[in-house]
Order: sequence, then structure tokens, then C-alpha cells
Amino acid sequence: MDSALFLNAVVAGLLLAGFYAAVAVGISISFGMLDVVNIAHPGFIILGSYVALMVHQWLGVDPIAISVVLSPLFFVLGMALYRVFYLAFERRGQESLRGLAFFFGILFITEVVLILIYGVDYQLVKTAYSETVWRLGEVGFPLRLLVPCVVSVVMVLGVQLFLNRTFFGRAVLAVSQDQLALRIMGVNPVKVKELAFALSIATAGVAGAFLIVIQPVQPSIGREFIGLAFAICVLGGLGSLYGTLVGAVILGVAESFTATYFGPSWAPAVSFGLLLLTLAFRPAGLFGR
Amino acid sequence: MSNRRFAITAFVVAIALIGASLAIENAYFFTAAYGVLVFVILATAWNILGGYTGYVNFGTPAFFAIGAYTTVFLYNAFQAPLIVDIVCGTAVAGLAGLAVGYLTLRLRGVFFAIATLALAVVMLTFVVNWEYVGGARGAYVITRGDAPFGFASWKHYLYVVIAVLATVAIVVARLLERSKIGRGLAAIRDDELAAECAGVPTLRLKLLSAATSCGLMGMAGTTYPYFYAYTEPLSIFSLSYAVNSIAMPMIGGMTSWVGPLIGALLLGTLQQLVQVTIASDLNLLITGLLLVLFVTLAPNGILGWFDAWKRRRKR
Repeated sequence: MDSALFLNAVVAGLLLAGFYAAVAVGISISFGMLDVVNIAHPGFIILGSYVALMVHQWLGVDPIAISVVLSPLFFVLGMALYRVFYLAFERRGQESLRGLAFFFGILFITEVVLILIYGVDYQLVKTAYSETVWRLGEVGFPLRLLVPCVVSVVMVLGVQLFLNRTFFGRAVLAVSQDQLALRIMGVNPVKVKELAFALSIATAGVAGAFLIVIQPVQPSIGREFIGLAFAICVLGGLGSLYGTLVGAVILGVAESFTATYFGPSWAPAVSFGLLLLTLAFRPAGLFGR
Repeated sequence: MSNRRFAITAFVVAIALIGASLAIENAYFFTAAYGVLVFVILATAWNILGGYTGYVNFGTPAFFAIGAYTTVFLYNAFQAPLIVDIVCGTAVAGLAGLAVGYLTLRLRGVFFAIATLALAVVMLTFVVNWEYVGGARGAYVITRGDAPFGFASWKHYLYVVIAVLATVAIVVARLLERSKIGRGLAAIRDDELAAECAGVPTLRLKLLSAATSCGLMGMAGTTYPYFYAYTEPLSIFSLSYAVNSIAMPMIGGMTSWVGPLIGALLLGTLQQLVQVTIASDLNLLITGLLLVLFVTLAPNGILGWFDAWKRRRKR
């Protein structure tokens, strides 16, 4: 086996994993901790891509910086979405069937609206560092992958610290464990879920900016990330952000190897194949209780 | 009405409607009607698992594609007659549904939903890389010679075939709904734990329901390659099949076989009209918006309105 090719595949997989963690962290929060199965999450990632694209074309600023500045917008969007979801489904105990269909409809609507506005052409944002590749011996570190990877890992670790160290973060963890106890402590679980869900949508906006720096984006590629994000969360064990990071690394490296040795057209099947296998044999995830 | 009488009535009505419609000379009518009838089958099939049992299937395109690509495969390999395609396509899709069900139906319902989404992408990747059935370029299935049984054209003939298949799907759905199995499925939908405790063989019923539902979806796809002559992965795996097969039962009402039928006829016809008069992308947007609106504001669909109206009259 060619060692340079092998090393490059590992590095590319690890860099990709950073981005995947950003994609999955939102699902880890909404699905893993809040039990809200937000399959529209990838729709918001693509929306983030297009918002970053729009502002970039307008002001010429770096898309990742734009997304961080605009993340409060996505936060508010997430709050609104959760409020609708809560009033229409969760409160009536209908979240499993109709709530799923609701989010599926939202995913579909964002996709079609973006197609109506931007068409089905692939769009990419060229940044100052897009063409640069750092080299370490035979191994290349393209900055267009490295920058999103670093920012993403910082974001995921930041969210993890926030959840572990603050009162609000502990309240989020408590929502998934014992809502009654939370009420007795004088905290409104619905409010906590609303804010945590909003946080998950805010991460989607940032992940969208990563995406459009890494690869060309088209409205309907969002659904490819559904399986990916859920595969990572289930693989890492639901509700654990460190698990999410590990799951992202496994998936990133597996996809990179498949693309290198079998051709890129097989790569999408990897995440879904892994997801099906995990669900079949270890539904609690690698680190599940 | 007993199931046998229902089946006989359904087929008589279907034959009468088909006979009457054959007098229509407009070729567009057959294309539009074919499209709507495919949706009748998909919506009815989806409702068997989604409405009766309470498990969401996002993978309609995957099972539809299994049906269509079984036909392409059998055509390439043996030039098999249509009836063989239909039987094999249904069986293969049913087995695929059974397999996915076996892997995930023991877990929470959410996992089944995600797994079916996953299956659609796996199947797409598989088909794109499988050159024998056309790969990414697509495959041609050419209908040669005159249409069988003296029909004016192949499109007429395939329209009649899909109408018969739609009737079969509705009869099967009603058969399940009104039987002991149907009551078991409803028990699973309402409270799976209680059903299990009451001695309902939940896993076996869920698997049966998944296999039937997915098999019928495959059946809907088997005539596609013949009707459109050109079969290409991206249009077969179109998300519009997934959205429509969920939206139609949700809009019509999920508790009975009538709901998906109403939903499919209404939404299918609306889409054909919008597609001709405005634009096809807008048509998808309307479907999405209607789905979200109905699911949020009228969770029991049109049948729910009808039930509420009946209850009010009784009082």
C-alpha cells in the first residue's frame, strides 16, 4: 500500500471529521438531549451556506466570520421553530408521527425555496486561503478544510463546556433525565428546551458556512447530511458531545478511505451503511450506557 | 360491507371508470392520470405502515426504485413480460421492507424513520454505480410492437394496468384495516407497550405491515420504465415521492383507506394542474406547505373534518 496515499487519506478524513462534528453537534443537542427529532437540521445548514454566500457577495467578508456574527439570527429562528413544534405537537403528545412529518415538510420547503431563488447551480465561496495548502512532508493540509475543522472543534468544545459548566447547560442535561425534578427546582423545561433547540439551529448556521468553503453547495445536497449527522450521533452515543467528536472522526476517516480506494461515488453510502449497522447491532452507540 | 363484497365493488367501479376513460382521446390525459394513480398506490401503501401502525417511512423513493429497477433488470436480462416484472418488483421491495423492518422496528419508531431515509441514499449510490441497469446515465426500456389486448397504445394499456394495481392496493389496505391484523396494528399505534402486554404479537405485525407497505410501493414503480421509456436515478429517487406519499395521507386522513385516496386524488390533480399552468418547482413548494399546514392545524386531515361534522349533526 502506498504510504503517502494512506497518510493523505487519514489526514483528509480527520479534517473532514472536524466539519462533520459541526454538522452533528446540533442533532446531538436536539435529538440526543431534547428528544426533538429535527430532521430539518440539514435544511438549516444549507440555509446557513446561502446566507453566508449572500452576505459574502454583498460585503466580501469571510463566510465563516459572517456566520459567527449572524448566528443570533439562526438562534431566533430556532426559538420560533421550537415554539411552533411545542404548541402543535409536543404539548399534545403527537411528536413521534406528525412532528416527524412536520420537520420533513420544513426540510422540503427550505430546499424548494432555495431552488426557486438560487436555482440548482452549484455555488462556492472562494476565500483568501481557499487555494493554500500547507505541506508536512508528503502530507497536504488544505486550508479550505483545516480552517473549518479548527473553528468547528473550538465550537463543539465550547458548547460542551457551556453545557457542563453553566446552570443553563446543566438544566439542558436535566431536561433529558428528569423533567419533574427540573420543575421542582423552579426551572421551566419548555423554556430550557426552546433555548437549547435554538442553540442547535445556531450551530447549523455556522456549519453551513463551513460547508460552502469546503465544497460547492446546491440546495438539495442537504438531505445527504441527514444520514451523516444521525449516523455520527448514534455511533457516538446519543447526548454525548465527546461521543459526537469520536463518531465524526470514525465517519470522516471511513468516508475518506472509501473515496480514496473505491472512488468518491461510493462515499455517500458509507455513512448510511454505518448507520444501519449501528442501529442493527449497537443501537446505544459505541459509548452508550 | 364485507371484504369480498368490497373487493368486487372496487373492481367493478374501477373497470367502469377505466372503460369510460378509454373513450378520451387526449394523450395528455393518460400521462396525467397515470401520475395521479401512481400516487394513489404510494399514498395507500405508506398509510398501511404510517397511518395504521404509526411508523414513519421516509424511504418511499427507495422502494419505488426497487420496483422500477427490478423491471429494468428483468428487461435487460430476459425481456421479461410485464406481469413477471410486477410480481418480482413487488416481492423484492417487500423483502427489502422486511429486512429494514427487522433491523430497526425493534427500536424506537424514530430509528425506523431515519433508517428508511438512509436506505434511499444507499440505494441511490448503489444504482448510480451499477452499470448493468444504466448507472448514472439511465436506462432505456423500449416497448416494441402493438400494445397487448388490442389497446390503442402502450400508454392506454399501462394506464389500465396502473388503475388495476391501484385497486389492488386499496383492496389490500382495506383488507388489513378491517381484519384482526388491522386491530392489532391500531393497538400498536395507540400504545405499543399496552398492545404487547395484551398479547398482540407486535414485532410480527409490524414486520407484516412493513413488508406489505413497502411491497406495494415497489409495485407502483414496476411499470415506470415502460411508461416513460427512460429510467434515470435522480428522477426515480426524487424526494417528491417521499414528500407526496407522506403529505397525501396526512391531508386526506390516516385512519382509513379513504384518506390516502382522497389526498392522492386532490393533491395529485392539483399538482398536475399547477405543473401545466405555472411551474413544477412551485408545485413542490405547494405540496410542502400543504403538508406543514395540515399537520400543524388539521392533524386528522380531511377525514377529521368529516368526522367532526358528523358528530355535530348527531347532537
